[in-house]
Amino acid sequence: MGMVAREPRFILATDVGSTTTKARFFGKVGDEWKFLASGEAPTTVEKPVEDVTKGVRNAVREVEELTGHKIIDDSSEELGFIMPYLGGKTGIDVYVSTSSAGGGLQMLVAGVVKSITAESAQRAALGAGAVVMDVLSVDDGREVHEKVNTLRFLRPDMVLLAGGTDGGDKTHVLEMAEVIAVAKPRPRFGISFRLPVVYAGNRDAREDVKRILPGDFFDIRVVDNIRPQIEVERVEPARNAILELFMEHVMAHAPGYEKLMKLTSTDIMPTPAAEGLMVRTFAEMRGVNVIGVGMGGATTNVYSVFDGRFLRTVSANLGMSYSIGNVLKEAGTENVKRWIPFEITDDELMGIIYNKMIRPTTIPMTLKDLVVEHAVARESIRMAFNHHKYLARELKGVKKERTISDIFEEVKAEETYIDMRRVDYIVGTGGLLSRAPRRAQSMIILADAFQPIGLTYIMQDSVFMIPHLGVLSKIYRDVALEIFEKECLVPLGTLIAAAGIGTPGEKVADVTVEYSESERDNVEVAFGSLVKLPVSQHKEVTVTVEPTRKFDFGLGFGKRVRRRVRGGVVGIVIDARGRPLHLPQDERERMKLLVSWFKSIEAYPKDFLEKLG
Amino acid sequence: MSEESFAYTPGLATTSLTYIVRERALPVKGETLASPGQRVDFDTIVGKCFLEGPPYIVKVAELLGVEPEEVPRYLKVGVGDAVGRGAVLAGYTALLGLIKRVVESPVEGVVESFNELTGHLTIRSPPRTIELRAYIRGSVLKVVPGESVTIGTPAAFVQGIIGFGGERHGAIEVVSSRNHDVVTPDQIGEHHAGKIVVGGSLITYEALEKARKVGVAGVVVGGARITDVEKILGYRIGVAITGRENIGFTLVLTEGFGRLPMSKRAFDIFRENEGREAAINGATQVRAGVLRPEVIIPREEEVSGEVPEPLGEGRMRAGSVVRIIRFPYFGEIGTVVELPVELHEIETESPVRVVKVRLQDGRVVVIPRADVEIISE
Repeated sequence: MGMVAREPRFILATDVGSTTTKARFFGKVGDEWKFLASGEAPTTVEKPVEDVTKGVRNAVREVEELTGHKIIDDSSEELGFIMPYLGGKTGIDVYVSTSSAGGGLQMLVAGVVKSITAESAQRAALGAGAVVMDVLSVDDGREVHEKVNTLRFLRPDMVLLAGGTDGGDKTHVLEMAEVIAVAKPRPRFGISFRLPVVYAGNRDAREDVKRILPGDFFDIRVVDNIRPQIEVERVEPARNAILELFMEHVMAHAPGYEKLMKLTSTDIMPTPAAEGLMVRTFAEMRGVNVIGVGMGGATTNVYSVFDGRFLRTVSANLGMSYSIGNVLKEAGTENVKRWIPFEITDDELMGIIYNKMIRPTTIPMTLKDLVVEHAVARESIRMAFNHHKYLARELKGVKKERTISDIFEEVKAEETYIDMRRVDYIVGTGGLLSRAPRRAQSMIILADAFQPIGLTYIMQDSVFMIPHLGVLSKIYRDVALEIFEKECLVPLGTLIAAAGIGTPGEKVADVTVEYSESERDNVEVAFGSLVKLPVSQHKEVTVTVEPTRKFDFGLGFGKRVRRRVRGGVVGIVIDARGRPLHLPQDERERMKLLVSWFKSIEAYPKDFLEKLG
Repeated sequence: MSEESFAYTPGLATTSLTYIVRERALPVKGETLASPGQRVDFDTIVGKCFLEGPPYIVKVAELLGVEPEEVPRYLKVGVGDAVGRGAVLAGYTALLGLIKRVVESPVEGVVESFNELTGHLTIRSPPRTIELRAYIRGSVLKVVPGESVTIGTPAAFVQGIIGFGGERHGAIEVVSSRNHDVVTPDQIGEHHAGKIVVGGSLITYEALEKARKVGVAGVVVGGARITDVEKILGYRIGVAITGRENIGFTLVLTEGFGRLPMSKRAFDIFRENEGREAAINGATQVRAGVLRPEVIIPREEEVSGEVPEPLGEGRMRAGSVVRIIRFPYFGEIGTVVELPVELHEIETESPVRVVKVRLQDGRVVVIPRADVEIISE
């Protein structure tokens, strides 16, 4: 490992996902960085192969096949790359990787008070890209032996323990330490592995915690208190310690990672951590509010940078492949079906979804199959975003009690600091969006799932490379940003959406689009409609919205909005479907409405939609 | 650009003879009870270990109403002492016996530790003995003392796509006459107790119930309706991690959810091996690497000097036999004609890498590479 001194010419990046290993190949062509090719292969971290480098080799082999560029050093059995670049079509200068294989970094979080330290600890763990398996606290309503059993059963890769303010009472945090000590959870990998525990609680209890958790079984890392005072939250030290331990312990024990770690130019990062880093870098550079979503096979990750505040959440078991069955289970069949514009029985729907679950690498061959997956995607994002909003709240000393199941319930607008009227950008990534055959599909999926209000610019990852660029940004920030803006982000367009509820056909607003001094369009939009104006990503126009009293386009009900906005590959989309988005109860009406939306933004082929009615 | 395009596609093994190796590992260090070369049967115990019992924390300080540092004065037991359920752990009497407080042990066990910072005692319940069975009939190849025993056998081997329930064994009995027949309750009777029942394309809910009632060891069939499977389980499936279900038998679906004829090859293997004892395991983990459910039919009599190679990873090339695993061709089998390097646009308008497959009826179809799997030979 180590920095590469000279300016690189060719960069290879891989993401070892829970299902698929994805290789991305970048090169400098003239003065510009270009994305050159991608290769994918099943991940091989688990049985029977149990060597992650096999999957990496297969994915990179595909890049070689597509480009004719020689990357793999074939002189030895063990995976190696030709580094540095040797000229012509041989060799690379940089290799970086992210990983979420084996279910990613699975953590258990323990704190004293559920709504205070346990919640802060959860934010820190999620921030490090972990999957939080459970949150224990003194007041979580579980008996001590139930807590112990939870720990023994879950077998986390790591534990984060927090609790108590500095100088405050320490008995409760010691009680939680005791629970961990007696449970002695066995880690998933390796018999000789000491379970890493990050302690980020009351400073005065550090020595006691070390005494309670014996060094022959636990590897304790002590960091600054996550809540030194009740009104102060400091997650950074705990987050960094988690990332360090992830490399030292979890990665080093996963099959084949030792070999992979020797090949990378910088530390391997958990996929969500890298994805979040890129979104954050972008938001900070532009000074904007951004919501990002990463739809993985096993999890859905949501990132937000809001008024400079960064938050990342990982919703375990809300994913589009091996946990797709769980999305259906959590959302309910009806919630998934409401996005489908044709008749489908529960059996058929479950057949498609559960067969995808057991064969997660397959892709839809028919349009109906595709529409079903897109319906599931909306629900997966919706639930993951709820989870996110649950943690995107102001710090409070005293909060009302919540149970873990509450995270799937709607979070009231006033409880989160994420104001849907002030979201500047929504960025989507993940296989489902990148593979969506039409960009309009991504745009409507993101619009339906997030339901932003006012003017929001929507973008997506072109071929799933945000994590790759995130880890690259650690050593080549400018290169990563250049590729991110020019090659990675696909500008879908501006969504102009109204909050409010009306009756179908009722006037929502007059919209004027000024293309130039002399050229303009006037559109009267009616409630329940979706209107697409084909404005390219290279063009900026002035939009004036004059809503009626019942509708709000971001500045208040009935308030005029006038702004310069950019088009996109989809265009400018005026969304007068209401917030919350209104779907008729009547089956036929609902299907008809969905078809009309899909038609107006050309989400699916015309003849397919014609046949649906 | 290479002349020939390969694709790595994980396939399910369906083979009439291969060499199966299974490592049987103890969950914690213990005792191995087999030696290399020894022949073992399905139920032979090849190792045992003790699993630490669950711990119970007794909050002595709070229960007595004293400060943690005062607790030692009132303790009636020491670390290492065995205690019965209800045994007095600590207590005091005051005011000539008018005030009496005692703390009793909630479980039988051993006093494991006392924490002077919290004033809590930990009682560890007695360890549980875990016996590790051979799972397959075969010969012991390798023993790592105290940790694992590796067993090997020539066998017919069929992997399923998803299963429910854990390791069991029984004699194979095929109840469907063709691979696309449905298994109905009248085809299952008392004489199937302890056996592995093999069917065609679908097993009905009623037949699943009947199988459970008569006490079959396992059911292997092409498909079952997801709703029926959930009814048998008693809950909804979320994530494809299975093997610990408590349904009384082990269910293995070879093709998926719905009515799906069992692959001809798998069906024929079961027919050829009717009456033979087999091991079955429903454990599935659909994640990277993929753990699939399996049926292993030991064929030790086949050892005649040459033992087939263990299965390796599959590589798809022209001539490979594949199964299509997505609608509208779900379940169809064909031969790879060509693996074009260029991307192809399919019905969904997705540009993807594809494979041209000649189906059994002669039609050549273009299928995304992600939607086929190699059928191992």
